[in-house]
Amino acid sequence: MDFISILSIFVLACFVGYYVVWSVTPALHTPLMSVTNAISSVIIVGALIAAMAGASSPGSKWLGLAAIVMASVNIFGGFAVTARMLAMYKKKERKG
Amino acid sequence: MHETAAAPAWVMLAYLISGVCFILALRGLSSPESSRRGNRFGMTGMAIALATTLVHYVPHAAPAPGLDSYVGPDWMAIGEVLVAIAIGAAIGLVMARRIAMTAMPQLVAAFHSLVGLAAVAVAAAAFLNPIAFGIADAAGVIHQVSRIEMGLGVAIGAVTFSGSVIAFLKLNGNMSGKPIILPLRHVINLGTLAVIVGLVGYFTQDQSPWIFWTVTALSFLIGFLLIIPIGGADMPVVVSMLNSYSGWAAAAMGFTLQNSAMIITGALVGSSGAILSYIMCRAMNRNFISVIAGGFGGDAIAAGAEAAIDRPWKRGSAEDAAFLMKQAELVVIAPGYGMAVAQAQHALREMADLLKKEGVTVKYAIHPVAGRMPGHMNVLLAEANVPYDEVFELEDINSEFSRADVAFVIGANDVTNPAAKTDKTSPIYGMPVLDVEKAKTVLFVKRSMGGVGYAGVDNELFYRDNTMMLLADAKKMVEEIVKAMG
Repeated sequence: MDFISILSIFVLACFVGYYVVWSVTPALHTPLMSVTNAISSVIIVGALIAAMAGASSPGSKWLGLAAIVMASVNIFGGFAVTARMLAMYKKKERKG
Repeated sequence: MHETAAAPAWVMLAYLISGVCFILALRGLSSPESSRRGNRFGMTGMAIALATTLVHYVPHAAPAPGLDSYVGPDWMAIGEVLVAIAIGAAIGLVMARRIAMTAMPQLVAAFHSLVGLAAVAVAAAAFLNPIAFGIADAAGVIHQVSRIEMGLGVAIGAVTFSGSVIAFLKLNGNMSGKPIILPLRHVINLGTLAVIVGLVGYFTQDQSPWIFWTVTALSFLIGFLLIIPIGGADMPVVVSMLNSYSGWAAAAMGFTLQNSAMIITGALVGSSGAILSYIMCRAMNRNFISVIAGGFGGDAIAAGAEAAIDRPWKRGSAEDAAFLMKQAELVVIAPGYGMAVAQAQHALREMADLLKKEGVTVKYAIHPVAGRMPGHMNVLLAEANVPYDEVFELEDINSEFSRADVAFVIGANDVTNPAAKTDKTSPIYGMPVLDVEKAKTVLFVKRSMGGVGYAGVDNELFYRDNTMMLLADAKKMVEEIVKAMG
């Protein structure tokens, strides 16, 4: 991909983000933060590349492995805590 | 422009699908019913991104002499990666399970710091081994565009990290919420920022390691300097802002790796944090620049102490409160962070249940900055089994206070202060507030008459004719009211 294609994806994604986030109900803003936290740890992709290409550069490999640990804390912790919060949102029990 | 060893089409497609899953994850949060499905979309997207990367970049062992050119995967390296993921997963899951809901802001700040540090580590790894990332030519000279992206990625990541650490310490009470004001801080901050920008620019001409590491170190420093002058009251804005930064850091790394999943996610998270910061600023009637400039909360507290003057006010008992509310048709409860600190939310829900049995309609009114992060109060009420369709936002409930017989204020203060609407000299003038004073009677639960809210101003509401002060610990008071009702 050339730089312009990547930039196009980025700019369009910013617009998508703007509209999607405004449609999030304020009651769910805390789960929004925890789930965005989890998904921003997709930088683990970069960490995996570094760790697995390690043979040629040990420094890069160890940084990669450290980043994998940090990003995984976020991914698993972030999704789990979001799920825990969302499970608490209940509707009123209707009688009859 | 640079053409790197382009990933195969299926890999790019998989990352795109994972990016779309992340969009759907946020889309799901538009209502509580669809939110759980949204969270599953997020997990799916992450699983796709992880699996694709593991398969595509699987390392191969160095060919042994005398064998043919094909060699199997390097199981050792794969094993290391899986162990690293398992360690992170174990820590993350334990934290997610153990954390108290009142402590969510700290947890989120801690998670942000990890995203920031991981971004720094990835950028550093890419700098040390650019060929593996496909961003350098055979001689190891990194493409110019990649250097800018990498420089920005490491800078934003480092700011996110050190800023979040300070935010965590302030929220967790390890560090005073009072702003720490350094002399000449604006000059120092702007100067540091200018040096960082200049060095990132120079980095395109010269890829010496000292430039990269200086940018990293200065960015750690500025993240620290930016957050220490910001007071505790503004932490919701800070947490949202750091959320945004962690997104931009991911996006910058996405540019470096030409990875659409990372770019889409970065843009989503970046805008999410930016919008939340904007909502928080609007709810406090502050502008973003003045929050970032810091200093709010320190001097205001001193001013509030002087303003405490003797004026007549009415005190009520739990029995009075129970009687008034049982007679009411509509009771609107306005909770604040004080309720959560006193752990009164469960007792409060019990009280609401008793009232509902008496045929009273109970509604909750949430101010956007009630609690210590966006939406925090809603989570705390949900935890106490309050149905979410009884909980309303400021704009939706404000017109109902005039119909309400009782407004029950518990653990909130500034967000109910009518001075925000009338008193031009008040520091909170112009801030949108809950119109609780329009209810026939206001019951205000507060520990004592001394002490002011976060903004450090006296509340006009205490001295109104239709206000009855219930002075006690929030949890004890609510329990006594429950007893008096039974």
